[in-house]
Amino acid sequence: MPERNLLAEFKAGNIRGLARAISLVEQRDPSVRHLLEALANGARRPRVLGFTGAPGTGKSTLVDALVGNLRESKLRVAVLAVDPNSPYSGGAILGDRIRMQRHALDPGVYIRSMGARGHLGGLSVASREAVRLLGAFGFDEVILETVGVGQSELEVAAIADTTLVVLTPGLGDGVQMLKAGIMEIADVFVVNKADLPGAQKTMQEIRSMLNMGPKLSWRAPIVGASAIKGEGVVEVLAAVERHRAHLEATGEAAKRAEARLKDEAADLVAEWARAQARRLLDHDEAVAGRLRRDRIPYAAAEEILTRAGGRLVPEAART
Amino acid sequence: MSELAAAGAQVEEPARPVRIVLAKVGLDGHDRGVKVVARALRDAGFEIIYTGLRQTPQMVVEAALQEDAQVIGLSLHSGAHMTLFPAVVEELRRRRAEDIVVFGGGIVPEDDIVELKKQGVAEIFTPGAPLQSIIDWLRNRFPAR
Amino acid sequence: MKVRYAEETFAQWQRQFETAPKRSDGVSSTTVSGADIEPLYTSASLSEGPEELPGEFPYTRGIHAAGYRGRLWTMRQFAGFATAAETNRRYKYLLENGQTGLSVAFDMPTLMGQDSDAPTSRGELGHCGVAIDSLDDMETLFRGIPLAQVSTSMTINSPAAVLLCMYLAVAEKQGASMKQLNGTLQNDILKEFIAQKEFIFPPQPSMRLVVDSIEYCAKEVPRWNTVSISGYHIREAGSTAAQELAFTLADGFAYVDACLERGLKIDDFAPRLAYFFDAHIDFFEEIAKFRAARRIWARHLRDRYGAQDERSLKLRFHTQTAGVSLTAQQPELNIARTATEALAAVLGGTQSLHTNAMDEVLGLPTDKSARIALRTQQMLAFESGVANTVDPLGGSYFVEALTDRMEAEAEAYFERIDAYGGVIPAIEAGFMQKEIADAAFRHQQELETRQRLIVGVNEFTAGNEEDEIEILRIPRRLEQEQVERVREVRRRRDQAQAARAVTQLRKAAASPRENLMPYILDAVRAYCTEGEIMGAMVDVFGLYTEKAVI
Repeated sequence: MPERNLLAEFKAGNIRGLARAISLVEQRDPSVRHLLEALANGARRPRVLGFTGAPGTGKSTLVDALVGNLRESKLRVAVLAVDPNSPYSGGAILGDRIRMQRHALDPGVYIRSMGARGHLGGLSVASREAVRLLGAFGFDEVILETVGVGQSELEVAAIADTTLVVLTPGLGDGVQMLKAGIMEIADVFVVNKADLPGAQKTMQEIRSMLNMGPKLSWRAPIVGASAIKGEGVVEVLAAVERHRAHLEATGEAAKRAEARLKDEAADLVAEWARAQARRLLDHDEAVAGRLRRDRIPYAAAEEILTRAGGRLVPEAART
Repeated sequence: MSELAAAGAQVEEPARPVRIVLAKVGLDGHDRGVKVVARALRDAGFEIIYTGLRQTPQMVVEAALQEDAQVIGLSLHSGAHMTLFPAVVEELRRRRAEDIVVFGGGIVPEDDIVELKKQGVAEIFTPGAPLQSIIDWLRNRFPAR
Repeated sequence: MKVRYAEETFAQWQRQFETAPKRSDGVSSTTVSGADIEPLYTSASLSEGPEELPGEFPYTRGIHAAGYRGRLWTMRQFAGFATAAETNRRYKYLLENGQTGLSVAFDMPTLMGQDSDAPTSRGELGHCGVAIDSLDDMETLFRGIPLAQVSTSMTINSPAAVLLCMYLAVAEKQGASMKQLNGTLQNDILKEFIAQKEFIFPPQPSMRLVVDSIEYCAKEVPRWNTVSISGYHIREAGSTAAQELAFTLADGFAYVDACLERGLKIDDFAPRLAYFFDAHIDFFEEIAKFRAARRIWARHLRDRYGAQDERSLKLRFHTQTAGVSLTAQQPELNIARTATEALAAVLGGTQSLHTNAMDEVLGLPTDKSARIALRTQQMLAFESGVANTVDPLGGSYFVEALTDRMEAEAEAYFERIDAYGGVIPAIEAGFMQKEIADAAFRHQQELETRQRLIVGVNEFTAGNEEDEIEILRIPRRLEQEQVERVREVRRRRDQAQAARAVTQLRKAAASPRENLMPYILDAVRAYCTEGEIMGAMVDVFGLYTEKAVI
């Protein structure tokens, strides 16, 4: 394959450049820094909608419907479908595209399936940088979709401006899910398949949970929808808009943006330092020997940081 | 490359897996084969993006570009392989993505296999082909880096 | 059932069995479905209860007291390719060679409800069957074949109502009365969602169309088999025998439920529901499956649905030998495989049978291979003597034990499906799809590890290189001719009448209480194309996309 110039491909609006850059981010290749810094709009952040919910709640169908709706407003939309179930090593089968393939030929839509692949920082580090790339490429909205298992929904919430938690009636997971910390992350509740019996009950359950919790400045609205029939999609987007307006009006948006940037910087330092630490631990006899003698890690850790000093930045990320 | 760069990229993260878009082109819905292949390739360490049924060549290629896939695997049982398989290769050419490898599976007569290979399809696996032969072929094309 | 040997006799056999040297090549203690089997069955395996006779509830031994002495099975070879004119010639050839019923295979665009000139029809025309775009093609297909006198099976699902209406319209033009018409419409949309995946609309409106056709035929076309509830495609998608049995019967009950919900009376429609099973290579397991199917259906129809008409209780079925068991290596061996499978179908009491041609795994069958397939059935019927005795395997310890177990496994699956709230919710949750995919993968792994042997594939491969099999090819020009034909039909017809018919159909589709059959029939008579008619319904019903179940 000929040597590729991602920057040129990116600037030309070639989707392959974006796709490869996201692969680099997934592999934690530090050189992505140069790409982002070289782009005029490298710091442009799209608006991020997080979608999470149990398997079978119809998230993909809902996302598909939402994409259609956002496209009617001429917004460019990217979907990151993250599968947190794929194992650490070895392969994965990513099947979330199926529900959205009708948008495949729309140049204003980009869909990317991501396996978790055991990223040390979970999904968040890779998908956060992917969001940056998508913004730089010109997408207005990024929909980050993941099954709510393990920590994945918390990671989604950490990146998203607005987090939507999707529930369905009758799955028996209603109250349970709310107890498992979803309350804190949900900005909007969507009760999908709202035409099924039990929808009212599920909505009532959420309402009473909200009533029991602390009084917050933003009370998460509960929206009924039937994604497969295209019902309630407009209402879901309206709730998202209200939440956005709320974030702006209260100054919360700016505060969150700053907090996110700080997180990003801290995570990069951690990632870089960790890589350097591992290298020294695995390949430097002095550090390894010290650790063997001490049988307690503090002094070795201090030595690593002292020795690495100003050289923590990976070469591929240096300017 | 400095030690640090080497460390940054390779020490903790697994190498880039080969990403494969598996698609059913054409109108038939016989997905037994493609599903069995998907599972076997997953177990062999490949990352599979399954795009589902009734994909047009344009949709398949677009998915491969968006997903940064190195390989496209096509499954078809309707007999339209002589039209649709070359159409995928042609679409890749049009999108300047000839580096993406295309292989296919289905009921394809021997003469057609020869012709399809001439037209740029890298390999065809017919019913009864051992899964291991597909895995071996892919590993051979994409040795671990 | 009383055990008819002394305990010590059995112990003695057991000792002898255990000490006997055993083969290691390809001996399996499971069926091809993975079900455990014992090396020996005895009278101890027979269930309690009175002995059952053929023609007697619950019909395990067959629905006719006289078995094949009364009437042989119908030899019904599924055929169709290229254009209506080509297929019409093949039908006449098969009828001249002693075939007793027609069976229409449609090409993929027809099966998917689109016209031959649709962009996505390119390369698909006439490959898997015949291309039918409008009444015009249907008239050509049956030219010179009196529909009042043949029985015709049509394998079509999502657009089944449209193709049935085309058939009715041809009969009408031939001057036949709808009341005389004999035939079967596959019309089984549920197995499409489960296995074959040729769905168009979402499940609910799809079911409505099925019930519409059942309701219409119950009144207007009383001798027509309205649904051929099909396990064939479930099995070909990789299911086990028990899954095929269970999912197919569950689908059957779902149609019954839907018709009852519509307000139909069980005995008005149940006698016209028929079944269609696969005959796979594991001989005894298949025979047991057919016997269990009859028993389950009879019991549920009588005890759960209160059917009183005996015809409602009697499960009639068509069988096709297993396409998936055929091999591209040494394809002549497929003749032997097909004969074995056909024998299982006959011993299982099938009402009609399709035997695959040896070259179907390579492409379309030639005239010669199609004739050999038909001749195989004729050999079974007239040379082998198996048709002379009713249910000759009744009382076989092994077959009876397998039949009982097959029934129990099906009942266990019914419970799991009920736990989802029925067939459609289970489909939407991907339950059956997952079970089938798991079974298919397990089977493939058994082949990879050579736990299971297939001659010419993973054993006895010498001779694989010698095959020179002639296959039938569809000339490209036929594709272009068909495209021009449908365009010509659109030009020639009464435009106002066609437009009006489509508008009326769209309006009726939007009103859930209307039976759509009369509207579709009007559109067909007005030479609206299949794509136009289906398109009108897509406007109202939408398209279905399945979730990935891998």
